This record gives sequence, structure tokens and C-alpha cells, in this order.
Amino acid sequence: MIEKTPQPESFLPLPPATFHILIAVAEEDRHGYAIIQDVEVRTGGALRLSAGTLYRSIQRMLEQGLLVETQERPAPEWDDERRRYYRITPLGARVARAETRRLAGLLKMARDRGFAPGRA
Amino acid sequence: MRLYRALLHLYPASFRNEYGDEMTALFARRRRDAGWPVGVLALWLGLLWETVGNAAAVHADILRQDLRQTARALRRSPGFALTAVLVVALGVGANTAAFSLADKVLVRPLPFPDSERLVKLWETVPGYSRMELSPADLRDWAAMSHSFESTGAFVGVPVNIVGLGDPQRLDATRVTAATLPMLGVQPVLGRLFTAAEDRDGAEGALVLSYALWQAQFGGDPAVLGRPLAIDGESYKVIGVMPRDFHFPDQQTQLWTALRLGEDAYQDRNDNYLQGLAKLKHGLSLAQARADVAVVTAQLRQQYPRENHYTGANLYLLRDEVSKQARMLLLALSGAAICVLLIACTNLANLLLARALVREKELAVRSAMGAGRERLMRQLGTESLVLSMLGGVVGVALAMAVAPLLARLVPNTLPLAQAASLDWRVLGFAGLLTAVTGICFGMAPAWRICRKTDLSALREGPRTGGGRRERLRSALVMAEVMASVVLLVSAGLLMRALVRLQGVDPGFRSDGVLTLRTALPWQKYGATTRRHVFFTRVLDEVRQLPGVTNAAYISFLPMVMRGGIWPVDVGEHVVERSEAHTSSLRFVTPGFFAALQIPIRMGRDVEESDAPDKVWTAVVSESFVQRYWPGQDPLGRHFQMAFHDRAVVGVVGDIRVRGLEQSSEPQVYFPYRQVEDSSLMNYAPKDLVLRSWAGLGPLVPQIRRIVHAADPEQPVSDVRTMSQIVEDDTGARAVQVRVLGAFAFVAFLLAAVGIHGVLAFAVSSRSQEFGVRIALGAQRGDIVWMVMRQGAILAAAGLIPGIVLAYAAGNAMRALLAGIAPRDTVTFAAAVTLCGLMTLLGSLLPAWRAGRVDPMTAMRQE
Repeated sequence: MIEKTPQPESFLPLPPATFHILIAVAEEDRHGYAIIQDVEVRTGGALRLSAGTLYRSIQRMLEQGLLVETQERPAPEWDDERRRYYRITPLGARVARAETRRLAGLLKMARDRGFAPGRA
Repeated sequence: MRLYRALLHLYPASFRNEYGDEMTALFARRRRDAGWPVGVLALWLGLLWETVGNAAAVHADILRQDLRQTARALRRSPGFALTAVLVVALGVGANTAAFSLADKVLVRPLPFPDSERLVKLWETVPGYSRMELSPADLRDWAAMSHSFESTGAFVGVPVNIVGLGDPQRLDATRVTAATLPMLGVQPVLGRLFTAAEDRDGAEGALVLSYALWQAQFGGDPAVLGRPLAIDGESYKVIGVMPRDFHFPDQQTQLWTALRLGEDAYQDRNDNYLQGLAKLKHGLSLAQARADVAVVTAQLRQQYPRENHYTGANLYLLRDEVSKQARMLLLALSGAAICVLLIACTNLANLLLARALVREKELAVRSAMGAGRERLMRQLGTESLVLSMLGGVVGVALAMAVAPLLARLVPNTLPLAQAASLDWRVLGFAGLLTAVTGICFGMAPAWRICRKTDLSALREGPRTGGGRRERLRSALVMAEVMASVVLLVSAGLLMRALVRLQGVDPGFRSDGVLTLRTALPWQKYGATTRRHVFFTRVLDEVRQLPGVTNAAYISFLPMVMRGGIWPVDVGEHVVERSEAHTSSLRFVTPGFFAALQIPIRMGRDVEESDAPDKVWTAVVSESFVQRYWPGQDPLGRHFQMAFHDRAVVGVVGDIRVRGLEQSSEPQVYFPYRQVEDSSLMNYAPKDLVLRSWAGLGPLVPQIRRIVHAADPEQPVSDVRTMSQIVEDDTGARAVQVRVLGAFAFVAFLLAAVGIHGVLAFAVSSRSQEFGVRIALGAQRGDIVWMVMRQGAILAAAGLIPGIVLAYAAGNAMRALLAGIAPRDTVTFAAAVTLCGLMTLLGSLLPAWRAGRVDPMTAMRQE
């Protein structure tokens, strides 16, 4: 069964949780708890992913090929429990970029019509 | 922590196994951070909400995936998909159709409020368990019993209506004022009859059925108060009943008040009323029966002459289904269940075979990390999708055959004939579909998945055998068994039908046309007026080209089965038991010639049998046998219907009560020898004529003749006598056709089942066959081996099948018209068909086995 590599645009718009997870693993491989923490810190505590939402999203992203599980174990002090680490795939990166473009475009349109931040 | 783990069970197992540990670890952290105790509570509440939502989403994800995969898998093997859907459709369709009928006729309460308290009243005399009541008896029952909230009576009388275009003949029911209110259904327009309208001499009032209101008055509300002439009397429309109101049967189109006069109560032996009563609250049928039994005993004392043999019988209105109609339906339901069983086993077999073939694929998926639960879910989704598609097609099939089955709804029940597709039927079909899909689809899935491991990867497709093949063989045996039962049942009923159709009715029906001109008694009460009408019409009809004979009779045989009267040959006891009644008909001269009923002795009735001459009668052979065996009957006298009669002729017996039942001896009176306005119900109304030319072109000419004789007289019930005879076995013919179709389907499915098992066995044993051939086995031996396997399968199903079929035959003995349940011809035919089915099923696999090339087969290793 050979499937064609899907177009990044076919994933858009991304669900917010998916986008956040992609951003969280953009620079380094992370395990589940680290992703939740990263999202929480970046959003200043506004978004706290629940375990269910996290792993449901991860499962789907694995199937869609946006993430892979890695075999490498990072620093031993982190590796106190049996943990899986997730890494972004090239497709995942392309999808994240496409979503960023989409959002940026949207933002620009909104700004052009006078919806500037802070002036609502 | 344990609680959280339990909560995780809401997720699919595959998801839980994958992420459960980490989610639990995450939860532990959150729990630590949450503090005590408000935070914990908030955490739990949020968690509960979140888990339910996410679990549902995960399930939906999987379902979407499985559905996609199913669609892909089924597209890849359309033959399999089509077969499976068809198999389920046949099973579900047959059962839905049977259920919609059986539910309506046997299970569901009648569409009247408190219908469980409605009872039908009957008189009994020896030989007759359901005889109509005389007005006097009914009045006494009502007055003397303590069981009924109310009692009513009705009688069906077709009427002639003038005032709606051409004169028309419609089925009407005359009811007492209490009857319709007892049913608890309100008219959509106007009102029901009042007690005042039900008195002798009251002005005529009538209530229309919805259908008649729509057809004749276009649903015009202004119809109330409109005058109509019924049988020459004037009536006013006072009400219209709702669309789904049928009483006492589907044919009735209007109701009028019965208006019994005092003279109606004179003769206790004039039984023509159908009694209906509503039980008092909390009273059982048995209590009411006991109560009425006391009443009839009192009446016996009071009127020893008339009521000496009279008893009472009460049935729930719901149960006014003949034993035969009930049996027909039960047999149909049983057959449908057999078909379903076969369909289900076939589906299981198909899925099992398919799963075995896909074992490698499944093992690969399992090796790639798909849990057993995911595989099962995938297979389960597939079988459910198949069975649901089958269910939809099945319901469509059931609706398509509904009109055919409608004839099996007995018209003794106040129900619409057409089966309706309602939520009960749909629910039943849905349930069947789900059970089929789950039990017979999941079981193979479970069997496969339990064993799926890497061993399948290492071995070739050879490893199907052992226990799984045994399971499949058992399924095929069950199929053969069920199809034998169906074949035998259908065969027995077919034999019964053929036997009945071969019964000599005592007359020749071909080339005979019949039609009805029922003369209203108000206008034609005088015998001489009828004489004028009949003479004129018959004279002109006999002039028509091709017509050789024409005559009038009270009721046609097989149309009106009753019309019996006690006979007194000198003992002066009015005894109404079966041994002393005969069917009574008035005829014009030429009736016997028209139906070619042989005159054995003496003569036909003649025009010279006038009222002022000796009153005569022609009797049938069985009448002579009963009263004067071995003696000359001509010139003997007997008392019947208020008069002394002299026998002038003896004719052959005819099947008045149809081909299935025995009939009373027949007595024919000359049409002119009856007092004015007496026995009006027995006045001749059916015209029969024999013609050697086509019958169709005669109808308009006869209509013209009748119209010229009396412009207000409608012509109705135009039929050929052959049609009437055919209709006598009509319901049976439908049933045989349905059961035959079921048996045929079962036969095909069982053959497919045998083929499936053998084909699979052959393909998985091809290497073995190759080796055998290489070692010198003859190809014929291999073919024989496969055929033998098929024969063993068939025999294993055949033997219990024969036993069951015999039991089924015994259970429906009442339907068999004298054919023995162990009828040799039928069983021989079923066994032969079973052999043929085995042969059909095993031919192709055996041929393939014989053609195995040893080199190719062994190289596969």
C-alpha cells in the first residue's frame, strides 16, 4: 500500500492543540509532560492541555505522520519513568509552516480592516 | 489512582495500552500539585468531563478509520461483499415480512381502546362451534348475564345505493346503537347512532367509512344530512368514521342502524346476528363464559323446543382468527426463521473463510503493533457494515413483497389488510440485523484474533484446518438441516394444495360467468315481482350469443358457505345439530344445467312449480343417503324453512363450503315457492350463465339488460366461476409460493455453504493433493475424496433435518388436507434435492482438486 505524501494544506486549519504540540516539539524532542509544560509556559498558563487531549492529539498526529516516536533516551535524570519522546517530522514542520502562513494571512487581513491588537 | 485507571477504561484498549501509563503518571503529578481538598475536587470534575469527551473522540477516530478500511476492503472484493449483503438481506427480509404480518394478526392488540375487553358472542349447536345468534337469544343473554358492560349486534349486508352516479352495490354493516360506541372510536365528522335511530320504523341514518367519504364525496364536510337511497329506502348521512377504522372487516364501507322490530324476536332459530360485548372491568373471559353458560342453561329449560341443543361460546375479538390462518402465519414465521438461520450461518461462514484467507494480513498488522482488540474491532466493523447494508436491502425486500402477503391477513379481523412499515417492524428488523452482525460476524472475528500471532506469518495458508474447519462444517450441517426442514414443509403444503385443487367441486366451473343483482326487499318483497324481474332478465340473457344456460340462485357455492337450515323428516323436533341441517338455496330452472351438476333422479325445478302447486324440492345425493338410504326418495316429504316439501329430484353433491371442508347436504327450492317477504335473505341474487363464447364481452350486454329491467338495480361481483374456485385455495397458494421461495433460497444458500467449505478445504490441501498425485494416487481418487467430504457434510445435516421436518409436518397437520406428515413422495423429493445440492456444491471444488498439478503445488512450499 503506497500512499502519496499528503499536501500540508490538506491538514489546515489545524486544531489548536495540534498546532501547540508541533510548536512544542519544533526544536527538541519532548515527552508528553514536557509538551504540556512547554505549552503552559509559552501561553502564560492560559492553556493547560489535559492528558486525554494531549495523547489523543499525539495519536492522531502519529498516524498522520506529523510526529514520530524516537528511540533515543535523553539525559538520565529525566528518564526516571518509562517515557516516550516525540519528534517533529519534515511533514510536520511543513504543516506547521503552512498553518503559520495561513494564520499570518488572516492576521494581516484583520489588521488591514482596523482590528489592530490593543485597539479593540 | 485506581479510580483514574478505572476511568481510563472509557478509552479503547489500544489507546489505553499505548498511553495509559503515561497518562497515569501525568495524573499523579497533577494530583500532587492540586493540593487539598477543593483543588482535588475541581481536578476530578474537570478530569471526568475531559475524559468522556476525549474518549468519545478517540472512539470516533477509530470508527472513521475502520469504516475507511472497510470500504477499501469491500471494494477490493465486491463479490464477497455482494454475497454477504444479499445473504443478510434475504434473512432479514423474510423475517421482517413474516414479523410484520404475525405481529399485526397474532400479537398486537386491535386498534380499539380497551380492545382486550371486547368479546365475540357465538351460539353453539352440535357440529357448529360458531353460529350466529338469534335476536331473541341475544336479547336474553344481554338481560340475564352479569358479565357485560354493554352488548351489541351487527350483521353484514351488501346494499344497493342510488344517488351516487350509477346504482352501486356496497358492503354495509347494520349495527345496533350500542355497537359502535363500544369500540370507543369517535367519528371524524358528525356522530354515531342514537338508541332512537335503532328502533323499528325510525328514519334511516347511516355512517360513512372514510374511504367511501373520500371516494364518493371528495371528503366534503357538507355530506352530513345528505339523503341517499339504500335498497329503495331513504337514509341520511349522520357521520364519517376515521381513516383507519375498520369494522367488522376491511370491506365494510358504511354502517346503518339495525332497527330490529318486535317480529324479529319471534323465531329463536333465525340465527343471523353477530354478537359483540364488552366485559365489565376486571372480569376474565372464563368468568364471562361461565356466566353465559348459566344463562343458556336457563334458556334451554325455558325453550326446550328451540334451544334444546343451544350452548354459548365467547372469544376475545382479538382471537377471531381461524386456526388455519394462525397456522399459516406460524408456518410462515417458522420458515422465515429457518431462512434467517441459514443466512446467518452462511454469513458466519463467509466471514470465517475470508478471515482465514486474510490471516496473514492480520498477522502482519498485529506484528506492526495493532492489538488484538483493534483487529477485532476492525473485523467487527466490517461485519456490522455488511449486515447493516443487508438489513436495509432486506427491509426494502420485505416492503416489496408486502402486497403479496396481504392475502394472509384474515378478513375476520377489523384490520387494514396492507402491512404497514411502522417503528415496531423497523425495530424488529434493526434488532435482527444487529444480532446477525454481532453474533455471526463477531464470533469468527473473535476466533481468528484469539489465534493471531506470528505463527501465521511463518506458515503458509495451509493452516486453516483443525478446529476452525470443524466449526465451518458444523455451520454447513445446520444449513443443510434447516433447508431440509423447509424443503419438506414446502413440499407437504404443495402436495396438499395439489390434492385440494384436484378435489372435484361437484360442478364444472369453466365457461361460467357469475354476477350479482341483489334485489332490495322493500321493492321486491313480493315473490311475483321477483318472478317478473328474473323471467325478463333470464329470457334476454339466454338470447345472447354463445349463452347455453342461465339461471339464478340464492348464493354461489364457495362464496356463501353458510345458509343452512334444520331439516325435519317427521320426528317434529327442531334439531340444529350438524346431523340435521342442510344448506338451503332457491333456484330458477336451469341452474343445474348451467353448472353441469348431474341430475341423478327425477327432474329439475320448473317454472310450473308455482306457489299454488305442491311445494317441491330438489335434494342432493347425500341428503337421500342421510334420510332414506337405499329407498326411493322421489315423492317423499320433509319439513324445512316453515314448509312441507315434496322431493321431485335428486342431484349430485357440490362443495358448498369449499374444497377443504365437508359440506352439508344441499336442498334446492323453486324460486317461486316462497311467501311474500319471507326468507328474503335467501331470495335468488346470483346469476350464473354458461357460454361457449368468450365471457368478457357478455358483461356490458348483461348490464344493459339489467338496467332495462330496473334502472336502479346495480350489478356487482362480476366473476367467473373458475375464479371463485381458484380463490378458494388462494391463501394457500400464496403461502405455498412464499414457502417455496423460502425453501429455494435455503437450498441455494446451503449449496453455497457446502461449496464454500469444500473450496476452502481444497485450496488449503492442494499441496497434500499434489504429493498424493506425485506418489501415484489417481486423480479420480482425489475427486472422490472431495466429493465424499461433501456427501458426509450433507448426510450429517440431512438426518437430523429429516427428523425435524417430520416434527414440523406433524405440527402443521391441520394444514395438510389429509397428506400424511411422513409423506414418502415429499421426503424422497427432499432427499433427492439435498443430494443435488451436495453435488452442485462439491462439483467445482472436486474438479479443482482433481486438476492440481503436483509440481506447482509442491513448489509453493
